[in-house]
Amino acid sequence: MATVEIKGLVKTFGKTEVLHGIDLAVEDGEFVVFVGPSGCGKSTTLRLLAGLDEVTSGEILIGGNVVNNLEPKERNIAMVFQNYAIYPHMSVRKNIGFGLRTSKMSKADKVTRIDEVAGLLGMTDLLDRKPGQLSGGQRQRVAIGRAMVRDPVVFLFDEPLSNLDAQLRTQMRLEIKKLHQDVGTTIVFVTHDQVEAMTLADRIVIMEDGYIQQVGTPSEVYQNPINMFVAQFIGAPSMNMLPGKKSDVGVVLDTGPTIPLNLNTDASNIMVGIRPNDLTPARDDELALFEGTVLIIEPLGPETLVYVELYDCEVLATVPGRIVPKIGDKIRLKAPEEEIHFFNADTGVVIQ
Amino acid sequence: MSDIGIKTSAASLNAAKPYNYNKRMEPARVIRWTILFLGGVVMVMPIVFMLSTSFKWPHEIYNLMIIPDDPTIENYTYVLEDGRFYKWFINSLIIATITTISAVIFDSLVGYTLCKFRFRGRMIVFVAILSTLMIPTEMLVIPWYLMARDFGWLNSYWGIMFPGVMTAFGTFLMKQFFESVPDDFLEAARIDGLNEFQIWWTVAMPLVTPAISALAIFVFLGNWTAFIWPLIVTNDPALYTLPVGLTTFSVEQDVEWELIMTGAALATIPTLIVFLVFQRYIIRGVVMTGLKG
Ligand SMILES: Nc1ncnc2c1ncn2[C@@H]1O[C@H](COP(=O)(O)OP(=O)(O)OP(=O)(O)O)[C@@H](O)[C@H]1O
Ligand SMILES: [Mg+2]
Repeated sequence: MATVEIKGLVKTFGKTEVLHGIDLAVEDGEFVVFVGPSGCGKSTTLRLLAGLDEVTSGEILIGGNVVNNLEPKERNIAMVFQNYAIYPHMSVRKNIGFGLRTSKMSKADKVTRIDEVAGLLGMTDLLDRKPGQLSGGQRQRVAIGRAMVRDPVVFLFDEPLSNLDAQLRTQMRLEIKKLHQDVGTTIVFVTHDQVEAMTLADRIVIMEDGYIQQVGTPSEVYQNPINMFVAQFIGAPSMNMLPGKKSDVGVVLDTGPTIPLNLNTDASNIMVGIRPNDLTPARDDELALFEGTVLIIEPLGPETLVYVELYDCEVLATVPGRIVPKIGDKIRLKAPEEEIHFFNADTGVVIQ
Repeated sequence: MSDIGIKTSAASLNAAKPYNYNKRMEPARVIRWTILFLGGVVMVMPIVFMLSTSFKWPHEIYNLMIIPDDPTIENYTYVLEDGRFYKWFINSLIIATITTISAVIFDSLVGYTLCKFRFRGRMIVFVAILSTLMIPTEMLVIPWYLMARDFGWLNSYWGIMFPGVMTAFGTFLMKQFFESVPDDFLEAARIDGLNEFQIWWTVAMPLVTPAISALAIFVFLGNWTAFIWPLIVTNDPALYTLPVGLTTFSVEQDVEWELIMTGAALATIPTLIVFLVFQRYIIRGVVMTGLKG
């Protein structure tokens, strides 16, 4: 187990800079998830940690030692790839044992270790199979086993679950979490699926365009997003954003209603963010935040997604499943004051 | 060439299975089959005559019948009892085997390097190798000869082998096949601590067995049947390869075709064995790489 520190990490490919100075400290035994849209530099960061690509500038420390100039094998890390990277011409046993090829362990110890890992992953019966005879989830397990067998100080995962179907993904997600609880090794995990990030992470790192936007626990980044990007990226369905202007009486939404809150800011253009599940239908005697027309409904069972038209703006509300409004109905929506987020519309930064 | 002929006819046999009576007499179909049939005949006839002649007596060889009136195995007894045949056979075997192993190893090493490593001048090297493909052997023979003479390689195994220890075609073939090996596979091995040579040998090579088999067949056949260069570089009969040696059956008064044909028929046996052995790996390899990793 080891800490991982990234200091001012910059990576350029030719003339394009894809990472613009990243700083992050991962604690010993922590499960950190990098999340962000495609092309934001998650894999690049991971590959730099693994030593597969060369750092342009900045420092990477593993267990307190600068590893910039160390070969991948000298870093004592293990990586699980999106396409598993298990070898079709080798049996499961050989694949799992592959990480031990260069180790000085005795043959008997190696066999014991492979059996131990296979047992941990519930793969003991499959050791003699070839990868072609395994299901997707089993192949992924082989890849994880191969990474575990060397007992590395850090695990790196690059979208390991994205090739699996939804059900299997949920199951493997749980298994990875359990694994982390059992072995306690530091994990850096990359995904573009924010649900995966929320469920797995001790801390989430949200990236965009080669910058880290926010680092925090799942509830921190959900409750207190520091900018509009994070606010819209985390949480599904995405946060509603309504443009407005600051005035003496509060924030006047472009769609009409005023939110009577005095913001402590110089910005005049405000973006008001409300999560769909914080919007609930208001009773007749309650004060509503706004009133609109129901456009589309999507009943999901436990809840119903209601798309509401508000002048020329569209707002999504998640209401309890027993409420099924009719299309064309007027609907009055309210939201608790503390769940309304305000952002400077020009800079995207949150207004406290 | 003969293997291509066999393949074509095998493929056409398969194509014929789902027989459709309505389309049977379609003119395009008739023309197509006629051309294929004629092509097949052209390919097969020399082989048939080779076999047929090897069972004929000398006075019958200019008679074009396929089944000899009075078949004999006399020619085979003669050729097999002649010590020279064994000597040449062994020479050919040694040369073809060594060049095959060497070409497979070096072609795939260079192909792998050109495919999987980024370094300055990579494209230049690749284009340079490719461009040598455009120069026919006949033109290279003179520089090879001068080289062999200056280095003292005339009349030696090495002199016969050196032009073939690496091939441009093989390098190109292997480079293209290594493109199908995902970089993830190599990187995973790198993280597991293998050095680049081990990665090439234990990870990349097993994944391109079809290419290796195809290359091995090509190189083996090419060297087994090579004629011009071995003829030029050797004048010691003890060093002749089989194709060169067989022609000397004719230097005495008459051309002894029946003996040449017998030797040629015997000479096809190793090529058949090589083809059958490696062909199985081609099929197995295709099945294996078909599995999505
Ligand atoms: N070898 C390379 N050469 C040039 N540009 C590259 C290279 N690798 C990545 N990039 C660029 O760097 C940027 C970040 O790529 P990266 O693979 O890290 O994205 P990602 O966040 O992992 O995306 P995804 O979710 O699609 O995997 C992209 O714009 C990509 O085009
Ligand atoms: Mg990626």
